[in-house]
Amino acid sequence: MFRNNYDNDSVTYSPTGRLFQVEYALEAIKQGSAAVGLVSKNHVVLAALKRNAEELGSYQKKIIKVDDHMGIALAGLAPDGRVLSNYLRKQAMSSKMIFNRPLSTSKAVLSIADKAQENTQSYGSRPYGVGLLVSGYDETGAHLYEFQPSGSVLEYYGAAIGARSQAARTYLERNLETVRETESVDELIVHGLNALRDTLSQDVELTFKNTSISVVGKDTNFTIYDDADVQQYLDKLDSVSNARNRDDDDEEGNNETQGDTNENTGNDVPSEDRMETDE
Amino acid sequence: MNHDPFSWGRPSNDVYGQYNHQIANATISNDADSCNLTNFPKMNTQQPIITGTSVVSLKFKDGIIMAADNLGSYGSLLRFTNMERLLRVGKETIVGVSGDISDMQQLERLLEELETTEEVYDNDGGHNLRAPHVHEYLSKVLYNRRSKMNPLWNALVVGGFNDDGTPFLRYVDLLGVTYGSSAISTGFGSHLAVPLLRQLVPKDPDYENVTEEQARDAILNCMRVLFYRDARSLDKFSLVTIKKGEELKFEKNLKCENQSWKFAQDIRGYGSAQL
Repeated sequence: MFRNNYDNDSVTYSPTGRLFQVEYALEAIKQGSAAVGLVSKNHVVLAALKRNAEELGSYQKKIIKVDDHMGIALAGLAPDGRVLSNYLRKQAMSSKMIFNRPLSTSKAVLSIADKAQENTQSYGSRPYGVGLLVSGYDETGAHLYEFQPSGSVLEYYGAAIGARSQAARTYLERNLETVRETESVDELIVHGLNALRDTLSQDVELTFKNTSISVVGKDTNFTIYDDADVQQYLDKLDSVSNARNRDDDDEEGNNETQGDTNENTGNDVPSEDRMETDE
Repeated sequence: MNHDPFSWGRPSNDVYGQYNHQIANATISNDADSCNLTNFPKMNTQQPIITGTSVVSLKFKDGIIMAADNLGSYGSLLRFTNMERLLRVGKETIVGVSGDISDMQQLERLLEELETTEEVYDNDGGHNLRAPHVHEYLSKVLYNRRSKMNPLWNALVVGGFNDDGTPFLRYVDLLGVTYGSSAISTGFGSHLAVPLLRQLVPKDPDYENVTEEQARDAILNCMRVLFYRDARSLDKFSLVTIKKGEELKFEKNLKCENQSWKFAQDIRGYGSAQL
């Protein structure tokens, strides 16, 4: 039978130079519901889709405030996200306490990246199973970063993580210019919701129950909009149905199927790293 | 009541017998003093050893100016005549230190470490460490140390710019006491230099009317007056000028000039003596 001998712990390289435990951690993000982030000149918006385990259950919180000028959206293992956001809060507080200045977004995200990286090169630990979109406004302006448990951090104008996030990325790529030029916060939020809506699976719609929004920017402290506060923005969407349920627009539907196939192939371990054993 | 502080809070000897100093390895005895260190389980700094005297500083229209002489005194002995007491942190911040020189060197290390972590590594550009941040950090360090009853025996002046580009000048000392002003001096300078500098800036916002030349002349004058009257001062000093939009200017080995001593030859005796 085929068995993989190189994915038992995060300190073992495969013959092709890959760390499978880290890649499995990246898979955990794809299992989580989607989160979208986008940046205009002076603002950053996060929009996230909340999931509930069952009809009677509450919805899992997706957006966490770190400080007045910073907040995150997560996809993947929520407890890991909690640990990382607590760490970020501590960093933000100590920056305030020691230097009397707000923590810079880049420094914040690099500090958790270093934490995550350590878990990829020590025996007995596991990588964090959560991806984060970190939004912040500091003296160098509005910033959006994507954090991955591999320890890699990249800055984006628009980013999406979680299940079917490729569709949201496609939307953001197409509307990059308008998003960048947007002056109004409401318009930016509507763009975020449009992108988020494209990640929905069939027969699911954005409602005030399953949608979470946050804004941070110039003269705007980090604010989370949940439940009833979201409805005002949902009302601004031009049409209530998502791309998958739209019969008249085949193009976007095709794009999403592509995104899905990509995800599926990501689950497979390439044959060259599989060892044949006599089992 | 027994008024000897060394007996306060102790079980009285005639009831409980002689106190056993071996308990908790505390060998302190009644004849303990600061000269007999072996009698103490632990002792923190109780006085400075090598000391630096005043730092004088002033805000002007578009920057700050700061000076300190190059002397490290060992009591009344002028032991070291080449001490640099103005520390540069980053591009546009200066910290003037008076008080214990060994504690100053400790602060120098802390500031160097601060500069390395905050200014060099993980700095994406634009998020620079500025004077208010350095001051906040130092005040936290000094207050923390005094709260442990183990102070860093210094008085510091931090000069530079605020986030909005306005000049920043603020004091902090071994107790963790801080204040800001348009003219700040430490030690002897707070008695002799501040009154002179205050002629230029009677009220705090008045620094906006002071030019760099005026400020520089006032500071040079202060350094001369301090050399006249401060027995722990030197006529050799360093002077730093930080101006918005310009490179920090660090002048070393300056001399107190235009001293007036000619009148001394006319002074004879202490009263009636005529020759």
